[in-house]
Amino acid sequence: MPADVQGDHLSSSIATELNTRGWDWYVDRIVSIGVFVGGVSAIIFIIGIFVFVTREGLDFALGSLDLKEFFTSINWRPTSERNPTYGILALMTGTASVTGLAMLVAVPFSLGAAIYIAEFASGRTRESLKVLVELLAAIPSVVWGFIGMSIMNPLIIEMFDVPVGLSVLNAGVILGLMAAPIMTTIAEDALKAVPDSYREAAEAMGATRWQVIFKVVLPAAKHGLMAAILLGVGRGFGETMAVLMASGHAINIPTSPFDSVRALTATIAAELGDTARGSDHYGVLFTLGIFLFVITFIINLIADVVVKGVGRQK
Amino acid sequence: MSLFARTGLDEHNRRVEWLVRTLFLLMTVLLIIPVALIMGILIQRGAPALSWGFLTEVPTNGMTAGGIFTALIGTVWIVAVALLASVPIGVAAAVYLSEYAPDNWLTRAINLAIINLAGVPSIVHALFGLGAFVVFFGFGRSILAASLTLAVMTLPIVIVATRESLQAVPHAFREACWNMGATRWQTIRRVVLPNSISGILTGVILEVSRTAGETAPIMFTGAAAFLPFLPQGVLDQTMAMSLHLYVVSTQVPDVPDALPFGVALVLISMVLVMNATSIAFRIYLRNKRKW
Amino acid sequence: MVDNAPKLSVRNLSVRYGDKQALNGISLDVFPNEIFGIIGPANSGKTSFLRALNRMEEFDANMTVEGDILFEGQDITAIRNVYALRRKVGVVFPLPVGLPMSIYENVAFAPKLAGIKKKAELDEIVERCLIRAALWDEVKDRLDALGSLLSGGQQQRLTIARALSQNPELLLLDEFSIAVDPVTTMRIEDVLKELKEEITIVLVTNLVQQARRLADRTAFFLESELIETAETEELFSGVVKDQRTRDYVEGRFG
Repeated sequence: MPADVQGDHLSSSIATELNTRGWDWYVDRIVSIGVFVGGVSAIIFIIGIFVFVTREGLDFALGSLDLKEFFTSINWRPTSERNPTYGILALMTGTASVTGLAMLVAVPFSLGAAIYIAEFASGRTRESLKVLVELLAAIPSVVWGFIGMSIMNPLIIEMFDVPVGLSVLNAGVILGLMAAPIMTTIAEDALKAVPDSYREAAEAMGATRWQVIFKVVLPAAKHGLMAAILLGVGRGFGETMAVLMASGHAINIPTSPFDSVRALTATIAAELGDTARGSDHYGVLFTLGIFLFVITFIINLIADVVVKGVGRQK
Repeated sequence: MSLFARTGLDEHNRRVEWLVRTLFLLMTVLLIIPVALIMGILIQRGAPALSWGFLTEVPTNGMTAGGIFTALIGTVWIVAVALLASVPIGVAAAVYLSEYAPDNWLTRAINLAIINLAGVPSIVHALFGLGAFVVFFGFGRSILAASLTLAVMTLPIVIVATRESLQAVPHAFREACWNMGATRWQTIRRVVLPNSISGILTGVILEVSRTAGETAPIMFTGAAAFLPFLPQGVLDQTMAMSLHLYVVSTQVPDVPDALPFGVALVLISMVLVMNATSIAFRIYLRNKRKW
Repeated sequence: MVDNAPKLSVRNLSVRYGDKQALNGISLDVFPNEIFGIIGPANSGKTSFLRALNRMEEFDANMTVEGDILFEGQDITAIRNVYALRRKVGVVFPLPVGLPMSIYENVAFAPKLAGIKKKAELDEIVERCLIRAALWDEVKDRLDALGSLLSGGQQQRLTIARALSQNPELLLLDEFSIAVDPVTTMRIEDVLKELKEEITIVLVTNLVQQARRLADRTAFFLESELIETAETEELFSGVVKDQRTRDYVEGRFG
């Protein structure tokens, strides 16, 4: 009972009423705990991913793994009977070359498209373009991989007169087309976040539309645009099926865009099915997983910090 | 003509402006045209494979003939179980973030975790699913393990869409309810959720489309390259459309040319139809405001 | 002069939002069946005062409240069920808020929360409250229409009907006429005069003349402080303790 009950009948009845917790009070409490658990689940899952991937890969990573060999050797021979080697240098260059080419394709086009949609297009055109871009982003990666194999492959062989069409070029273009819609959407959001008052102020001083865009809008949105590019890089880096199918999947340090390569992600996808749990090969694939997890975590963290930078500016 | 009244500088600016505008339009179009062309080729080469039988028959002759029925039904199973797991958790998380969460380090950590769940490569999700659901929890390679893997992976889609539609409900409505003595939950159940349920639904449709198209996370957790029968429960393995496309286009020799194109066409149609539905729904809702 | 025990007794009440002081050491009494007016310029702490009476700091992590608020002798800063308190206190906001549900549901909302389920009983409450709020005649044929799509003036009367549906002992009005046309304002003012017979009303207003028309006693808030409380008649006839009150009442600042 409360401390402050006064003598007369009226206040003690009101005191009782205000201090009795009904059914609703307890339901609300239970729901608030329930949704809290839901909210925290995101953290539990991200930690769970790290823990379970590490758990499977840890024995190998701490035991048989030679870190120097892991990062500096180009020899990835996990199935060798006598002397298996686990060097991911070639795989890293594979991932890097494909992602790099993809960004070469995707960055200019997605930024260009974002500028057009945000700054030039209006009304129905703008809406339709946004819908179209959103639909492009929805195409599954395995379909992109299939497109790389069945449409791009013969096209590259014919156009450039090369023996193989599954290559850095193929995977890079496919990955670029995949990443561009997402980057366009994020970049467009960043441009739209620049207040119209900036544009109006610049226009009032007699600047033309393109001067406004290059001198005012792009500088103001640069953090958001950088975040868009970073997320595109993360997406390309982590893409699995499309790269597996379109890159040729050959262990190789590429010297030209027409070389076949193999990516980190694709290696796991292609080999995990053939390994026994507890074997070194199984362990090294999970170790690769830890590596991928950490890298993408860092990319996302940087992108997040970059975006927060925008928030502070305003 | 007023043009003649313009100075040389104006004329120059107009030209540059036109040039810049055209350049950016060109870039936008160049982003879309190749995809449109590719879709055209997919349709042209996949159409011959399509028939009623293609959808209703099981694959035969080492997957070089017959239809895709088992894969289609398998994908429905995987998507359904994944939704059952992720929608309640995702909606709860979004309700927490939008209605309860104070602005503190924990909320920031949750938001960072959501961004990372969406950003972790799908193959890492696959490793997680294998290590956690298949091995640790002992579900084996099963629909359950595959679906839970996908549920974790697509959780951010539900959370972000739900949170957005919850936050679209004006704060004044909440204050009005609170002042009448409604608890937070009564306010959410009677005012906030009824007015955001359609927005949540568009997010769920989006998640369905994403779940149906994913391949890597289910390869080692529950989807099989070939099974002659349909799954009987969540602990069975199953075929799936996405993996089927990978298998018939890379692993099976002597597949007739039209077959994988047909599979790709059906898969992409499923995904695009669902996405288009979600978008149309969203536009419809935007034009039908209740306040 | 009212001579019984105060309905509401506030002692040394301070409200802060983060580092910003919104209300600083207010003490005042509100007696049963009076209209207690609060006047003062924008940001003088009037709204924060009402929010504290309804314990809104529960749902606003940024808001801190110190001091005692006694409602019928019961200190509400220490009660265990704030929802029970809020059901006894009706609130009307500056901007009308029709909830996005039917007019009927808007008014039946609070009774349903209180556990009333019988259709006949709800019908009776809805009709009685809409009549009291002077809205019944305009909406009785379309109780299924969305409350959030009524005109501003109608929504404000709907909000009042909703506040009455709780059967409140205390009605708090926060600058209710801001978004309402003069005719509606007059109608609502007439409603308030009638309501006074049954309940206690705290009327925060930015219109000095409105306080003069309605309030029995009036308090003047300025820069988070309570400058003075007086019988409304006295306040407006120049019997004031503080020069700033006179200046405000006579429209020299505000």
